[in-house]
Amino acid sequence: MTGTGATPFDEMHGDTPDGMRGLYGKVKLWLEQTPPETLAARRAQAELFFRRIGITFAVYGEADAAERLIPFDIIPRIISRSEWGLLERGLKQRVQTLNAFLTDIYSGQECLKAGVVPHDLIFSNPQYRLEMAGLAVPHGVFVHISGVDIVRTGEREFHVLEDNARTPSGVSYMLENREVMMRLAPELFASHHVAPVETYTDALLATLRSVAPRGADGEPTIVLLTPGRYNSAFYEHSFLADKLGIELVEGSDLFVRDDRVYMRTTDGPQRVDVIYRRLDDDFIDPLVFNPGSMLGVAGLMSAYAAGNVTLANAVGTGISDDKAVYSYMPDLVRFYTGDEPILQNVETWRCREAPSLSYVLDHLPDLVVKEVGGSGGYGMLIGPTASRAEIEAFRAKLIHAPDQFIAQPTLALSTCPTFVAQGVAPRHVDLRPFVLTGADQVRITPGGLSRVALREGSLVVNSSQGGGTKDTWVLDD
Amino acid sequence: MLSRTADNLYWTARYVERADFLARVIDSAHRLEALPASWSGSSTEWESAIATSGAAPGFYERYGDANERSVCDYLVFNPDNPSSIRSCINTARSNVRAVRTALTSETWEALNTAWNELNSVDPNMSPEELSRFLEWVKGVALMFDGSARRTMLRNDAYWFLRLGGAMERADNTARILDVKYHLLLPATEIVGGGLDYFQWTTILREVSALTAYRWVYKENLKPWLVADLLILNRQMPRSLSSCYDVISRHLDLLGDLYGRRGPSQKLARGTLARLTGLRIDDVFQTGLHEFIEQFLVDHEKLGVAITDQYLT
Repeated sequence: MTGTGATPFDEMHGDTPDGMRGLYGKVKLWLEQTPPETLAARRAQAELFFRRIGITFAVYGEADAAERLIPFDIIPRIISRSEWGLLERGLKQRVQTLNAFLTDIYSGQECLKAGVVPHDLIFSNPQYRLEMAGLAVPHGVFVHISGVDIVRTGEREFHVLEDNARTPSGVSYMLENREVMMRLAPELFASHHVAPVETYTDALLATLRSVAPRGADGEPTIVLLTPGRYNSAFYEHSFLADKLGIELVEGSDLFVRDDRVYMRTTDGPQRVDVIYRRLDDDFIDPLVFNPGSMLGVAGLMSAYAAGNVTLANAVGTGISDDKAVYSYMPDLVRFYTGDEPILQNVETWRCREAPSLSYVLDHLPDLVVKEVGGSGGYGMLIGPTASRAEIEAFRAKLIHAPDQFIAQPTLALSTCPTFVAQGVAPRHVDLRPFVLTGADQVRITPGGLSRVALREGSLVVNSSQGGGTKDTWVLDD
Repeated sequence: MLSRTADNLYWTARYVERADFLARVIDSAHRLEALPASWSGSSTEWESAIATSGAAPGFYERYGDANERSVCDYLVFNPDNPSSIRSCINTARSNVRAVRTALTSETWEALNTAWNELNSVDPNMSPEELSRFLEWVKGVALMFDGSARRTMLRNDAYWFLRLGGAMERADNTARILDVKYHLLLPATEIVGGGLDYFQWTTILREVSALTAYRWVYKENLKPWLVADLLILNRQMPRSLSSCYDVISRHLDLLGDLYGRRGPSQKLARGTLARLTGLRIDDVFQTGLHEFIEQFLVDHEKLGVAITDQYLT
């Protein structure tokens, strides 16, 4: 798929094909001086490294590829300090709004009273958890960890594509990509002042500590709750637990007694204060949500409601990153912060509204249509590359349940130089920075996960759809 | 430490030890089979390999008789045999993957690398290739043990690994004795012809103690001394006595760390005390076979006690 006519912003060359952005000067020189064979050899080395330490992910529905590698591109993606400053302010504002919205929607519901978002968008949404209504979450934080997807369309133009406020993943790639990059191209780090990303784990630990229930005496016990080794992101779960020095637990390792959470240890039951959970709401407590879940902990919600344990992220955050609610984010930013949004939304048609629906139905070949609750690049229509049959099938779905869909224009995502079979060529990228919100402060690690669509012209960067990753540098101007 | 983590570590060590043991059993059976037919004529070495491996029931459901082909197929690569070498390495790796935060990266990589290599191995092997493969398996166990010993903190994670390894070792040595005790009875000394001699060396090879025997006893092979080495000799790392020394020591370390001792410490110390006070003559007096059978019952009991006390 190619962008709709507009030329994408080239992060190395800028707006003119033979131009050059100073930021990339030394990397360009490095690329010119390094023969393709050396680049290929280093890429092979990177792959070996990833395979050896076991950085793999699983693609659901692919039986033969239970453990796959995400391709790593060895040309770094560079963001300048001033661009980063803009992003940082925008991200902070965005995540503060998400938290304010969640606090509001589960208590006073001022945004509904003021008519900023329509009632039925919230109350008919399965991501709105009635169990959370009126529940005071520890320290008032709902979204402790978010991975906001950003796309770039110009020199100073950044858009938020998705807010990812449930259990965002990918941060292990941010950290491991840096590790590999420093091994493979130490000479580049000698000539650039790259902001470190290794501080992320300390920041995460500080964040999780800060939100421990007030009753927790002394050093809080923090655990990471994983769905288990068959989950696609299991590598990341074990990686983070290791870096944080906390136990990696499965639901069966925990139990609840008298509204308190304990883990089963070789030394008897041990009290748990904070659960960094990488398990979806639906599975977290079979007594309250999906009763068939073998992954959760019976009674966890009751302990949570009693204020005896912190869940990070809180239950019910899915309502804030729902794609239909997303379209209201600029208004919500104004409503809660009183300021203009620093980061823009991508223009979004809500198919639930009749005029938008008819526009979308008339322009399906030009648009990207997404399910409001979908993620991971599944369940979407990419008009420009879809076959006529796919478009017609989607048209039927849209007419059948318009409120389940939103549509967006196909954006001309910026490109970065990428080492592909044909040599070094521009490929489309996005960026997922990670924003941590504690009781004390918001922490944002300079950098993030850059995903790159390796196929020429493709705009789909999802790893489940053949995307790769890059190390992402924030550099002083 | 999470009970599940302890359970995974304990079983990882057991599976690695088992893979190493199977490699030795198969290797030894090969050597025995290579003997001139006049010696080995009615050799039932492959049957005894299957019996020693503890996989006999599953084996005879699938194969008519035990020969080189069928036994190697079942014990080395068969994915349906949960105790084949391949299954052992797969299970061990899957176990540590679930608890890799409890291991150092070196120890994890030792198994993960082995697992990656195993995936690219073609099971259709010539005898030479198989022999090289078995050497590789022993190397994996050395890498794993060595990495753990060189890099891991001396805490409960390490102790559960050592405990699992020693439990499996004791089990394996006892199983050899259970299957081959008749070869070690003193009566065979008189008639001990060439085949017996090779049977004894095979037993020693299975526990990699052929050279050790000479160093310890400075004598020709005598079956009761082979039994002594395997059961009572504290210097021999695969002897029952030595294994129980390790088991008891690590259970005590765990008991001290957690501030209390329980049934597993009591059982282990009981068995260790019995082994310590014993001479090989006493063993033969009460009957070697009876002794081994009782040992296996007690050992099984200890396994259950460890599971109850720590692993669930």
